[in-house]
Amino acid sequence: MDELDKKMIDGFQRGVPLVERPYAAIAEKLGVSEDEVIEALKVLKENGALSRVGAVFKPNTVGHSTLAAMAVEPDRLEDVAAVVSNFDAVNHNYEREHRLNLWFVVTATDSQGVQQVIEDIEHMTGIKVLNLPMLEDYHLDLGFDLQWN
Amino acid sequence: MELSDHEKRLVAALGDGLPLVSRPFAVIAEQVGISEADVIETLSAMQADGRIKRFGLIVRHHELGYRANAMTVWDVADDKVAQVGRCFGEFDFVTLCYRRPRRLPDWPYNLFCMVHGQKRDDVLEQVEQLARTCGADAAARDVLFSTRRFKQRGAHYGASPKKLESVA
Repeated sequence: MDELDKKMIDGFQRGVPLVERPYAAIAEKLGVSEDEVIEALKVLKENGALSRVGAVFKPNTVGHSTLAAMAVEPDRLEDVAAVVSNFDAVNHNYEREHRLNLWFVVTATDSQGVQQVIEDIEHMTGIKVLNLPMLEDYHLDLGFDLQWN
Repeated sequence: MELSDHEKRLVAALGDGLPLVSRPFAVIAEQVGISEADVIETLSAMQADGRIKRFGLIVRHHELGYRANAMTVWDVADDKVAQVGRCFGEFDFVTLCYRRPRRLPDWPYNLFCMVHGQKRDDVLEQVEQLARTCGADAAARDVLFSTRRFKQRGAHYGASPKKLESVA
């Protein structure tokens, strides 16, 4: 991670300008060239530190989503996780330390779409899915303040 | 708020992120079938009315050295949960803080708060800090560290944008 990477991550988790040439605008603020910004972002994306340059939407304004959890026997976990991840509607899927050990986010254009994926997963795995939709959002997402060391 | 048809296609086209080219909104515009100026104007409006919370670099904490990632869950009285949740949300190390339904008897917790730290002990200390600062010392809670990541990417919203023949 070099200085340009750090400056981009510190300065542009929000506020990438919505202009024709956003990377040129970032470059100008950081005193480098547009090509350098684009190249650095490509490298960050390749090595996985950057998921994407994009929008974080207010929950349930564009499409519907829910957090779902399952209690999976440890020896079935990889297989069940693969079934879950295989759905295009699932964008996050984690193992967590709990009796409910598989946690994932389902996103679809509407609530019926979300419900259908949950039912499909229950049907395919024979395991009950706990559906925990967001009821209230208490956090304004401004990106994450990193402590570089 | 209902999305118009072209907003839906625009959101779908942005699912994997803005292309890393000089005129990225022009590429998105071609996928959606509207002009570059319309893309910029629509996104600006969605940002202004709060449907877009932020537009920028979306990072993966794990790859940036934040190896300890925990979903902290709390059982807070219904008449206090909004106050506690907003207080949690003030902390830099908190990336999400939502109220969700309890599902008794399987699940007694109604407040979910993502906490990221470089080490496990940091996260546990941060959780204590949240409890002390926000008046949640007495709340039953649990800390669910993630041990494996099977999938992590932006959401796909189904309405797939029309395929590009070529990109200039």
